[in-house]
Amino acid sequence: MKPSRRSFLTGAAAAGAGAVATVAKGQGAPDPAIVEQQPWRTFLGEGVDAYPYGMPSEHEAHVIRRSVPWLTADPISSVNFTPLHELDGIITPNGLCFERHHGGIAEVDPVEHRLMINGLVDKQMVFTMEDLKRFPRENHVYFLECAANSGMEWAGAQLNGCQFTHGMIHNVMYTGIPLRLLLEEAGVKTNGKWIMVEGADAAGMNRSIPIEKAMDDCLIAFKMNGEALRPEQGYPVRLVVPGWEGNMWVKWLRRIEVGDQPWHAREETSKYTDLLENGTARRFTWEMDAKSVITNPSPQAPITHGPGPTVLTGVAWSGRGTIPRVDVTIDGGKNWYQARMSGPSLNKSMHRFYFEFDWDGTPLLLQSRAHDSTGYVQPTKNELRAIRGENSIYHNNGIQTWYVNEQGIAENVEIS
Amino acid sequence: SREGGYGLGREALPEEVAAWDFDVRPDGLGLPEGSGDVWTGEEVFVEKCSMCHGDFGEAVGRWPVLAGGWDTLENKDPVKTIGSYWPYLSTVFDYVHRAMPFGEAESLTADETYAITAYLLYVNNLVEDDFELSHENFAEVRLPNEGGFFMDDRLETEFPAFVRPEICMENCKETVEITMRASVLDVTPEESGVVE
Repeated sequence: MKPSRRSFLTGAAAAGAGAVATVAKGQGAPDPAIVEQQPWRTFLGEGVDAYPYGMPSEHEAHVIRRSVPWLTADPISSVNFTPLHELDGIITPNGLCFERHHGGIAEVDPVEHRLMINGLVDKQMVFTMEDLKRFPRENHVYFLECAANSGMEWAGAQLNGCQFTHGMIHNVMYTGIPLRLLLEEAGVKTNGKWIMVEGADAAGMNRSIPIEKAMDDCLIAFKMNGEALRPEQGYPVRLVVPGWEGNMWVKWLRRIEVGDQPWHAREETSKYTDLLENGTARRFTWEMDAKSVITNPSPQAPITHGPGPTVLTGVAWSGRGTIPRVDVTIDGGKNWYQARMSGPSLNKSMHRFYFEFDWDGTPLLLQSRAHDSTGYVQPTKNELRAIRGENSIYHNNGIQTWYVNEQGIAENVEIS
Repeated sequence: SREGGYGLGREALPEEVAAWDFDVRPDGLGLPEGSGDVWTGEEVFVEKCSMCHGDFGEAVGRWPVLAGGWDTLENKDPVKTIGSYWPYLSTVFDYVHRAMPFGEAESLTADETYAITAYLLYVNNLVEDDFELSHENFAEVRLPNEGGFFMDDRLETEFPAFVRPEICMENCKETVEITMRASVLDVTPEESGVVE
């Protein structure tokens, strides 16, 4: 059976009324989950050879990437979304990391893969994957956020769920080699001020990056969360550009050219430029500004337990540093509380926050507000619109509001 | 880093660099020798491009519009095309040559790419129908919106407003109203893949 979101929400409404099978108190009769013996208490389970590469429990089959078919002309140059409302902590499981391709998933044979460095270098070079794995490695946890994350929400509340409004993001530990080491191996000439990075896929994705960033913290990554990159994330090798818009994290990286000026490729002229209300457009808007979202409760994760102790949680991140603080409100911004940050707090990574409160069963207007280590405080959507208008597509880091009704059902709304 | 490097990798041969390095910059760096005129471009375009982009770049269905949309950038629904939005012709050549046709990337010759580029200029009313584009006159062509872009200025225009040492925590507003609801629009996909 495949219940629709509506039937799921109807179920949640019933849950709000107190008719939940899993509530273990006040039932009078003994709980069959206790007094009747379960099959897993009786029969032996599968042996260790059943799943050489394990998958989640079948009861978690709803925790999947989802797409919004009307967003793009076809599913090849398209995007799907990480199910943020089902995740906790800060690490995104590899199989749930959102995907964005412009020419589909390139199925690259690592033995046949080459990385070339050419242009304004002392020595034009070619590396195999084997060569790359002989350079010193580093490990870093970084978020990768699509520049268009929340872009559908510029003109108002559209999509009902944080998976869809905020799910073009993932946060994993990358293992890779500093890009600086490769550029030094080739020897960047003094007039080498920019690099162009290019993918091996059918889109030949190319972007220009200033040499300062390339020499600072970019990585040539071949592992994510300990294992090889997934094909959809650039196997066997991708660029990591910490804090900067996801488009620049070129997958299936095959070439780096050094030049004295930017290339103005399609993905930094036609796309990934931000049109303002007066008809002019920002270019090279690389950093992803401080942002946050409450993942629970949210439209796909309603409150099903009724009034009483309630865990509110979410994630925050900034392309310009760490997140020392997140504020949350449950009354639409009349009053704010500092959320509790939990777990590692790393530079240009996701941060997890919690706010525990006793829900009294009245409607809620939930918001979160991230502060980053530069002192920047996440703005409201209207504050951004006042500066940019509604047509910039990219870089929407405005505060998200969820309305939660008496039944615990949550909805994407905008408020005054 | 290590003095003298790691000695890993090898020198790229000129043929190898030539095979992969065909990107083109606004100043014309990287342009291959060749040429193509509007009429040739129309033939190639109708054969290889028009099924998605329309005979005149007006687009079929949801595929990208390549022509028109002039003076719409300040509108509620701007139409961003090569003619109305793109700053540089080099991007047209580079992108068509590297990534189009969609599903058959890198199949166009340099001359075909010059011809398609000439045709795209023509359907954007930027050249006459007898125009021929080549590596020699390429840099003379300027697109209308070249001056329409400026470097990211968020640190000057947004940070002064959004870096806030003081922020309200209590009694920050009297009333709050819902002004827009996603469920009214109802465009969120039904959840699929839920297996019971």
